[in-house]
Amino acid sequence: MTERRKVLIIGSGPAGLTAAIYAARAQLEPLVIEGEPSSNSDQPGGQLMLTTDVENYPGFVDGIMGPDLMRIMRDQSIRFGAELRTAKVSRVDLATGPFAAWVGDPAADEPTVEADALIIATGARSLMLGCPNEDRLLGYGVSTCATCDGFFFRDHHIAVAGGGDSALEEALFLTRFATKVTVIHRRDELRASKIMQDRAFANPKIEFAWNTVVTDVLGDTKVAGLRTQDTVTGATSELPVTGLFVAIGHEPNSALFKGQLELRENGYVQTREGTSKTSVDGVFACGDVQDDYYRQAVTSAGSGCMAAIDAERWLEERGE
Amino acid sequence: MSEKIVTLSDATFDEHVKASDVPVLVDFWAEWCGPCKMISPVLEEIAEEQAGKIQIGKLNIDDNLDVTRRFDVMSIPTLILFKDGEPVSRLIGAKPKGQLLEEIAQYL
Repeated sequence: MTERRKVLIIGSGPAGLTAAIYAARAQLEPLVIEGEPSSNSDQPGGQLMLTTDVENYPGFVDGIMGPDLMRIMRDQSIRFGAELRTAKVSRVDLATGPFAAWVGDPAADEPTVEADALIIATGARSLMLGCPNEDRLLGYGVSTCATCDGFFFRDHHIAVAGGGDSALEEALFLTRFATKVTVIHRRDELRASKIMQDRAFANPKIEFAWNTVVTDVLGDTKVAGLRTQDTVTGATSELPVTGLFVAIGHEPNSALFKGQLELRENGYVQTREGTSKTSVDGVFACGDVQDDYYRQAVTSAGSGCMAAIDAERWLEERGE
Repeated sequence: MSEKIVTLSDATFDEHVKASDVPVLVDFWAEWCGPCKMISPVLEEIAEEQAGKIQIGKLNIDDNLDVTRRFDVMSIPTLILFKDGEPVSRLIGAKPKGQLLEEIAQYL
């Protein structure tokens, strides 16, 4: 039987859980469908579940571990009455209110939940390189989670692909284990923050392969090297590493909403400037699924608060 | 932890896994691995629901490098299903419960 809610929140990273805290405190009894376990950051708790020290979330002088921060936010939302369900939404229908969401079989006649207001906080997941042998060697030297797999590369020479904060964070973390970490970046300058760049440049175990892309992963049963290409000269070469950590960026988890909500060209959900309102009245979006610019835990949390307040006022205006 | 889950080590791995009458699903994990913690409650549920049909075993890789190396585990969580003492299936990375059940169903 279809369950009825005032507010449904899809996703449980900083955006979804902050929305849940605010909606719960507004007595809206939100249901959070938090996602299912995975290792590619599309999971309960979101991207911070794959990180170690979070040093820039205000309130924690000495930093906090990503998974710990998410556990606290989750407990805080539950304390005020939010209900969380570990499941994944397989389909939504936003054509008319109440908005319908399916868990499990997307072809089922009856949706699992119907809600007056919907808050989308599905986040973003790690992009993969898309080269031929990357998938086959995932878990055999190719990794999307440095904190999970760094341990296995003690005294190895490994590579990190990417040039943003996540890439440098992974590279720095991996120097705890590896003898050498080569950061492979497609351009000749990094997008990462100044403090992370300074730390990476100062680390004797980290070296950079500039203007370089990975075109294939080599190895029979385990990674034995990478084939790379110089983006300026076009020359190809091989890099003899035993591990590849991929941190080249993210893509929004917005496939569920395609054709039903206005998305930007790059797939991010379009929100009206300065609000969390989407192209559908009563549907709100927050966090990384709608933010391709700031992408921080604290901006996600802030936008989650906005979405809950926008949803609350919208419900009030309709007299519900 | 559910009492239906057995803690494995380098020393006890063979006796548990080889001698088991039912397939053994071994969870290679570590304290510092976020996705490992994520699938922990799922494994608890499976251990309770499938008691008698499958044995769930947990192996902490930090303390048990011999077994970890023997099966070339290079990413955690890794789940390996052993039937009659032999590895028959391997799942790398955290997976939803439904997918785990589907994977092991064919060996039960």
